[in-house]
Amino acid sequence: MEDFFLTIKELLIIKNFFLVIRGLDNTLLLLIISLPIGFVLSLIFALGRVSKIRIISKSIAAYIFIIRGTPLLVQIYLIYFGLGSIKAIRDSFLWYLLKEPFWCGVIALTINTVAYGSEIFRGGIQSISKEQIESGKALGFGKIMMMRKIILPIAIRKVLPSYGNELILMVKATSLVSLTTYMEMTGIARKIMAKTFAPVEAFIAAGILYLFLNFLMVQFVKYLEWKYNPHLRLSN
Amino acid sequence: MFKFDKLVFGDLGWGDEFLFATLMTLTVSILSMGLGLFLAIITVWAKLIKSRITKFVANFYTTVIRGIPELLVIYLIFFGGNAVVMSIAKIFGYNGYIELNALTIGTIAIAFISATYSSEVIRAAYLSVNKGQIEAAKAMGLNKVNIFIKVLAPQIIRHALPGIGNVWQITLKDTSLISVTGLVEIMRQSRISSNVEHSPLTFLVTAAFLYLFLTTFSGKFFKTLEYKFSKGYN
Repeated sequence: MEDFFLTIKELLIIKNFFLVIRGLDNTLLLLIISLPIGFVLSLIFALGRVSKIRIISKSIAAYIFIIRGTPLLVQIYLIYFGLGSIKAIRDSFLWYLLKEPFWCGVIALTINTVAYGSEIFRGGIQSISKEQIESGKALGFGKIMMMRKIILPIAIRKVLPSYGNELILMVKATSLVSLTTYMEMTGIARKIMAKTFAPVEAFIAAGILYLFLNFLMVQFVKYLEWKYNPHLRLSN
Repeated sequence: MFKFDKLVFGDLGWGDEFLFATLMTLTVSILSMGLGLFLAIITVWAKLIKSRITKFVANFYTTVIRGIPELLVIYLIFFGGNAVVMSIAKIFGYNGYIELNALTIGTIAIAFISATYSSEVIRAAYLSVNKGQIEAAKAMGLNKVNIFIKVLAPQIIRHALPGIGNVWQITLKDTSLISVTGLVEIMRQSRISSNVEHSPLTFLVTAAFLYLFLTTFSGKFFKTLEYKFSKGYN
């Protein structure tokens, strides 16, 4: 029996697993910063997208069109290599952020998720029926009150499943930041592969961790759906 | 900052290289979309027939591929694919070294990713066809093949086209990831050019424009297709 545990401990994939898990905090750090900022900005941009001021809604539409039409990898490279090649930026205070691959990753991920997220929230805002807004008006709600008590709660509740999808895509997108020398889970797995010449074991170890992360994300979204849709719960 | 003169065609600029790179991106996208649709149909079939084993395999495949990053799938297939192919060749009695080229591996990897998304779209489209229609077709005496060709397929295509259009856009953008395998498509070309000319901004912006161009025009193409396949409805 002891032999059995020893052989398991010596298995390459188990060893890799514990190496890759050291990159977990770097992956999580990317998410913890970019997801909340992305969420708030998505809401603001969605409100701007449906606003009646044409210049605001048109410019946000153009932003969404450009970001959704190009791959995330191009955006990451543009921020990491492209912006860094402009001398004016290298001389300004922005350089303190942009010289770090971590902050480039955060900025790229945030810009990307805001484009997708604001389209999702726009769908939620536009799906609110007229009667609900009219009844709010009849109760004498002001614009901000209407937003806070009627539009946003209903819209967010409605789009939770599709925003959950976007969150999972973001977890997967963090792996691309490894291409800018940032050492998160994928980066470490690639380093292990270069050292041990055993690619499959290294990437499967990383894959299991990503699957686990996404599993947690799905459970989190399910919990939110349960919490914010009390009228859909089965009575017990 | 932005060097327009580096984008001319011929020996002085990178215009023709970018043209070929764009064609390469399109080739990989179309091939992997086609292969992906084929795999997706098999996956849908495996999920819908009454067999626990095929259902389990299909669900396992879609859950795993959709749960891990695309980059990881590409690395796995790129670095692990050769070993798999060689072990299959060994069964057939071939012991030499086989190396698949980047185009083949990239196409297969992207196809595996795109198939998981397409399979959900096709499954939903199949389930949205009213069961009564199949029964009606049976009552009219159509056999299984005719039911599929004349009743099911036209409606599945109509329901699935908007979703397939989305999957195409995702597939097109995912091809940028196979630049890590060394295949010279738009992304790889822009990295090569910017390394030579020391002007990353020029070539990365060019790459972004090319992707934007491709996604926009293929989006228009899918809109016309959708219009064509829903003629009886609008």
